[in-house]
Amino acid sequence: MSGPAHGAGALREHTHRGALAASDTVASALERADEVNAGRDGLNIFVSLDEKHLRRHAEACSGFMAHAEPAPLLGVPVAIKDNIASLHHPTTCGSRILAGYRSPYEATVVRRLRAAGAIPFGKTNMDEFAMGSSTEHSAYGPTRNPVAPDRVPGGSSGGSAAAVAAGIVPVALGSETGGSVRQPAAFCGIVGVKPTYGRVSRFGLVAFASSLDQVGVFGATVDDAARTLGVIAGRDPLDSTSADLPVPDYHRATDGAIRGLVIGRPKEYFPESLDPRVRQRCDAALEKLRELGAEIRDVSLPHTELAIPVYYIVAPAEASSNLARFDGVRYGLRMEGDGLRGMYEATRSRGFGPEVTRRIMIGTYVLSAGYYDAYYRKAQQVRTLITGDFARVFASGVDVLFTPTTPTTAFPIGAISDPYEMYLSDIFTATANLAGVPAMSQPIGRVDGLPVGGQFIAPHFGEESMFTFAYALERALGDEARS
Amino acid sequence: MTAPAIDALMRDWEMVVGLEVHVQLKTRTKAFCACSTEYGAPPNTNVCPVCLALPGALPTLNAHAVELATRAALALGCTVHANSVFARKNYFYPDLPKGYQISQFDQPLATDGRVEIGRREDGSPINVGVTRVHMEEDAGKSVHDRYAGATAIDLNRAGVPLIEIVSEPDMRSAREAGAYLRVLKQILEYMAVSDVSMEEGSLRVDANVSARRRGQTRLGTKTEVKNMNSFSGVERALEMEFIRQVGVLEQGGRIDQQTMLWDGAAGQVRPSRTKEGSHDYRYFPEPDLPPLLLEQGWIDRTLHELPELPAARRARFASEYALGDYDIDVLTADPVIADYYESVTRAHGDSKAAANWVMGEVLAQLRAGDGDLATFRVRPHDLAELLNLVRDGVVSHTAAKQIFARMVATGDPPAQIAEREGLVKVDDDAQLSRWLDEVVAEMPTEAERFRNGERKLQGVLIGAVMKKSKGRADPRRLNQLLAERLGR
Repeated sequence: MSGPAHGAGALREHTHRGALAASDTVASALERADEVNAGRDGLNIFVSLDEKHLRRHAEACSGFMAHAEPAPLLGVPVAIKDNIASLHHPTTCGSRILAGYRSPYEATVVRRLRAAGAIPFGKTNMDEFAMGSSTEHSAYGPTRNPVAPDRVPGGSSGGSAAAVAAGIVPVALGSETGGSVRQPAAFCGIVGVKPTYGRVSRFGLVAFASSLDQVGVFGATVDDAARTLGVIAGRDPLDSTSADLPVPDYHRATDGAIRGLVIGRPKEYFPESLDPRVRQRCDAALEKLRELGAEIRDVSLPHTELAIPVYYIVAPAEASSNLARFDGVRYGLRMEGDGLRGMYEATRSRGFGPEVTRRIMIGTYVLSAGYYDAYYRKAQQVRTLITGDFARVFASGVDVLFTPTTPTTAFPIGAISDPYEMYLSDIFTATANLAGVPAMSQPIGRVDGLPVGGQFIAPHFGEESMFTFAYALERALGDEARS
Repeated sequence: MTAPAIDALMRDWEMVVGLEVHVQLKTRTKAFCACSTEYGAPPNTNVCPVCLALPGALPTLNAHAVELATRAALALGCTVHANSVFARKNYFYPDLPKGYQISQFDQPLATDGRVEIGRREDGSPINVGVTRVHMEEDAGKSVHDRYAGATAIDLNRAGVPLIEIVSEPDMRSAREAGAYLRVLKQILEYMAVSDVSMEEGSLRVDANVSARRRGQTRLGTKTEVKNMNSFSGVERALEMEFIRQVGVLEQGGRIDQQTMLWDGAAGQVRPSRTKEGSHDYRYFPEPDLPPLLLEQGWIDRTLHELPELPAARRARFASEYALGDYDIDVLTADPVIADYYESVTRAHGDSKAAANWVMGEVLAQLRAGDGDLATFRVRPHDLAELLNLVRDGVVSHTAAKQIFARMVATGDPPAQIAEREGLVKVDDDAQLSRWLDEVVAEMPTEAERFRNGERKLQGVLIGAVMKKSKGRADPRRLNQLLAERLGR
């Protein structure tokens, strides 16, 4: 499967110089989207893709041409996960309950993309309300992995990952609650970044679990991802949880050296049960990093094994509350029923799929009177311990951690039906969401032709140095990353 | 049941009341978005993605609401906490757009306050404890009677900032509950944090009430009484619910913990259909808002800069202006009236005369008009000027009342009106004598009878001169002239 013709940086340069018209970029992206969607094995990447609007929008890009300094993402098409509110396309969250729903306002991240000259390019498929790890749990059918169409692309941001991996767009927005960018990035062989909690505005990101959610970016390369994060990051007065900290020039961080820096290798992320071929890829990557002058140090994050149980209490609890607004009263699906209660039951039973229903029920249960202390409060206490693990290891002089992103490569569509087994595919990623630290996945080679992802985890607001490591590794691996 | 019958019940039984009062804060915009809080706008016009709970919208806290809530809590003697936490109160209702209300739960803004609601016969204060004051947002309105078979939803009110003031169960009668509410309302008016109007719904009261035999220390099972729309309604509802509970208990029955609704028209309480205890609000900390952190210095400064409280103002009016209890009660009932009175007094100097005018003419005019001092055309310094004219003998008291009426209508300064309308007092003997001569000529019988000793006719004769002079004649000089002419 070919990558995009140009990275974000080159597209910007070409567009600015006039060598490439935004309308041509859009036209070829649309062509590519059609191509990969054709036939029985069509990838089913987009939930909505309004060609007419996109072509019109591309013309509007010429307004940016007059600027002496090209806008940071001038002429770059960016696919948007369907849980991020945007104008001109519906925002369905992969759910029947929001079928055809059009947001009258735009998410801060989309507004920032447009202000940076980018072209929001269609809305991508996802597990319903971002609950899932395979993009099979969408009301609009599963998305296929561009690398191996019988496999899942990972999830929940599987559509966005596939859009980049299939070479339709160089960058895409996803969202993370427990690994929903990094895991699909790993499965599709691209770069996926989950920023520090508070780095990027959540205003307009349809909430799943508010204390964990964060908009993330996909890129074909580290540079693509870094440039895009630089555009969407920063304080937003409309999101009280966004941090008021300056945004470094992330794509310049790709020039830095890692000589003398310390990479922690947490033993809990390399268990006995880890697929030996995944382990081998990770060790090879670490060896490259050591050759570049970094010190590799064995470390421990002792509460790692508690992350999944904690995550599956905190996230459903918040989700049960966040999804209460989908009640059939003001927008979205409404089914008639016997009285008010009957309308609620009919609407929500019909509107939500089984995984969403399951999590709402779990969340309602763990917040109930008499169970709150045993579940939610306890989970928050353990969450503090998990955060403490990271704080301790970073305070000990470790600059960044390196781990496998997932325990396995992409699994076949339909292969995992047990929800708990599905939850375990987030075992190496959910920790960063619980602790709020930034993390990213990048391709570090293949096993049986399927991509393996390596993960960097950095201290809070340490994206800059994280990109330095990622770029160094990307350069050192070269073509090995995709073979 | 009549009042004496309640008194008889209360010999054996004690009423225990605690009140939960919701107060809308007087902010320009809502608690978590920039929408207007204007009352009475067309339905669903003061709304935005945040208060409509559109997918992806997030709350941002209104700093002014925090300021008003803090001021109110401090005025109620509460400790305001430097660290408090917003929480979600989850329940489904069509006028609750998010499916949860942003409120505060186990870490409220303020706790441990106290309000003095009166004095016992021995002079000791009657205090009611304030358990807590917390911030929350209002829900929208469900309109059930506008469309047949359907409920209409108006979300203009959704997200308007509220404080909930929870009292201790310290009140022992409906009268004490009423006194607490009146004191509370007055304090909040003095703090200028709310319109505190039960009619417009900016103050709402739920009452928890239980009954126990006198001498018992354990609290009885309480019921919650809702749906009252006036303070007297609260008092009546509490009495009726108390009578009902005592009736049940005297028959050996048990009180169910439930919600009762007051039907003001029927003068009855009846059980609400929703069962108490069926609600599990699943409170948890609101993840979209960081904890509310207030600097102790800011809290201290807010306390220091609190407007004067009603009790302090009453004490000051007694010492500074030497007014009696009744005058003080009338003049301090409303802080706006009290401010007005003080401005008049300071500009004029005679606190008693100012009190008489404000309590008499000004309040009468307000009652006759729209009752709003803000739009009242007689400004304090003009009223003081009028009082100065009376004191200096420039206009008579009668003329002053006419001038005041013109001031109400035109807003013109009193001296200008007096001049224009020829109401400046006439103490010129020649003119007074001419008027007197005319009256004597017109009323020879009365004049003769007065001369013969019928002193009571003095008023008739003087009144006739006053009328002739259009109130301008100086009554003191006129009396002297009358005595000189017709006296013996």
